[in-house]
Amino acid sequence: MELFFNLLITGLVVGSIYALLALGFTLIYKSTGVVNFAQGELLLIGAYICLHLTVSYRVPFIPSFILTFIFMFLFGFIIERIFLRKMIGEPIISIIMLTIGLSSLLKSVVQIFWGTDTRVFPKVFPSEPVNLFGIKVSQVYIYSVISVAISLVIFSVFFKKSKAGVAMRAVASDQQAALSMGIEIKKVFALAWAIAAVVSAVGGVFVGNINGVNTNLSQFGLKVFPAVILGGLDSISGAIIGGVIIGILENLVGGYVDPLIGGGAKEVFPFIFMIIVLMIKPYGLFGTEEVEKV
Amino acid sequence: MNYVNCGNFKTSYEKDFALYQTTFSKVVLIIFLVLLFLFPFVATDYLLYIFNLIFVSVIGAVGLNILTGATGLISLGHGAFIGVGAYAAGYFYNTLHVNFIVAILFGGLAAAFIGSIFGIPSLRLKGLYLSIATLAAQFILEFLFVRMEGITGGVTGLSVDYAKIFGIEIDDDFKFYYLGLIFCILMTIFAVNIMRTRIGRAFLSIRDNYIAAEVMGVNIFQYKILSFAISSFYAGVAGGLWTFYTTIITPEHFTIGVSIQYLSMIIIGGLGKVLGSIFGAVFMTVLPEALKLISDFLSQYYQDITQLFASIREGVFGLVIILFLMFEPEGLYRRWKLIKAYWKLWPFSY
Repeated sequence: MELFFNLLITGLVVGSIYALLALGFTLIYKSTGVVNFAQGELLLIGAYICLHLTVSYRVPFIPSFILTFIFMFLFGFIIERIFLRKMIGEPIISIIMLTIGLSSLLKSVVQIFWGTDTRVFPKVFPSEPVNLFGIKVSQVYIYSVISVAISLVIFSVFFKKSKAGVAMRAVASDQQAALSMGIEIKKVFALAWAIAAVVSAVGGVFVGNINGVNTNLSQFGLKVFPAVILGGLDSISGAIIGGVIIGILENLVGGYVDPLIGGGAKEVFPFIFMIIVLMIKPYGLFGTEEVEKV
Repeated sequence: MNYVNCGNFKTSYEKDFALYQTTFSKVVLIIFLVLLFLFPFVATDYLLYIFNLIFVSVIGAVGLNILTGATGLISLGHGAFIGVGAYAAGYFYNTLHVNFIVAILFGGLAAAFIGSIFGIPSLRLKGLYLSIATLAAQFILEFLFVRMEGITGGVTGLSVDYAKIFGIEIDDDFKFYYLGLIFCILMTIFAVNIMRTRIGRAFLSIRDNYIAAEVMGVNIFQYKILSFAISSFYAGVAGGLWTFYTTIITPEHFTIGVSIQYLSMIIIGGLGKVLGSIFGAVFMTVLPEALKLISDFLSQYYQDITQLFASIREGVFGLVIILFLMFEPEGLYRRWKLIKAYWKLWPFSY
């Protein structure tokens, strides 16, 4: 039973980071119609920026976390401006390939700057584990779940209440109507990329604190697909729930099936699960079904 | 865009459908092929090696272009289908001791079979959803390559003997060149012709408007699966050739990166055009080699560059894709057409 709870908690931590990435992905997809295959690289860059600030410039963790936010916000803006703005109205394969190209470009830039070795954050969170329902949980896990939850709440409130959030939802539901109501779609597109970059960076900083930082972290970007497909591509709450479910299932499969077949099940299971979801419920749990018109 | 010489009147449908509109283009093609056959006698081993890589890539890219360019179904799993062909060819060759050509065809058929299975979701899924489903196919197959050690040899790989034909062992770049070239020509001719038939037109109609195609009586599901099967057959043949070229196959050769590379070939070359796939395959094969030459040259001045080479190569790869998509979205094929038109129309360019 202890194994089960341990797996559950690790799954929750990983799942909440998937949820953040899925949130960023959904945000971009919903408001701009762009599928972002470079989501994992945004996480990677966020993690490295924060690490660089704390290690090389000895900035304390909290300020460097905030600086990372600001940097990633601008970075998202710039990416949208340089690469995506020109692609508005292009066919889906071009946009998919553009973000794939972007992902290898960003990964290469990261490798040129920081190399390929794993780097670790200086100790930020206290290392003694906390006793939670009789199970020892390290503190960084708890902090990461809490801050992920906080950021998810902040973004939900942002979408519901703030003017920019309402504008984003308007663009998401009907671009034409939003445009005629005087919403500047281009600004909304840029904002979507900026926010997606920021949420990915939050995920990156926490994964970095748990596992150390190397270029393999960008693989999180591919793991986000099962999460968003399960939740529904254009549903923000779906992205969060899908992320958590995939994270937990993946770890349970890893814990129970991997020893039987000798490893690897954890990596491939989300994708098998995703194909099943696609066959049964292609629009996921909360996604809106597209109606085809000729 | 297709400028035809003055005085070239078409008086029958056969002439309009003909592969070669003029005798001139036929002659040019034959001269080009003769030169290709004579090339190894003057080329260095390194050049032959690059050409052999190109032959394998052309077959794979032509196949992917039938699926993605012509039928409009995006596949992120082409690399894995190439792997299926490579492993199947190697396995049949080792266990059944068949002729290597039969083994390669077996590889193609095995890949076609697996490809059609992963094509089944295309009945319900389109565009983005389908590309994500094929991404899943990529990861599942990669997992199987490592896990099914009985067939694939796991991470250590599967090794085969050199291919043999008429008692000649194809064990160097020179001999493989002819094998690759012949396969490449046959597969290209097959693709060009398939696009001229009912099947090819059905593919194009599905790409352009699948609802209209269905109304016109095209059985969408059947043709989508057929498109997956043909494209994966090409992938399998490319994989089989790769098996007999390297004689040892490991899962590393069939990763998601390879799938992406093939996608970029057809985008850079020109979607939906057989000639475009060839341009793209040549470009994407020559690009890393050219980068290697540049980096070797620069390493005299900057010592670090060789260490960074892998990263720089990936970055340039990404940048090239981005630049093509932004500034030349129709690929090299369009450039080729423009150049041809320029020569035909000169000096009266309008």
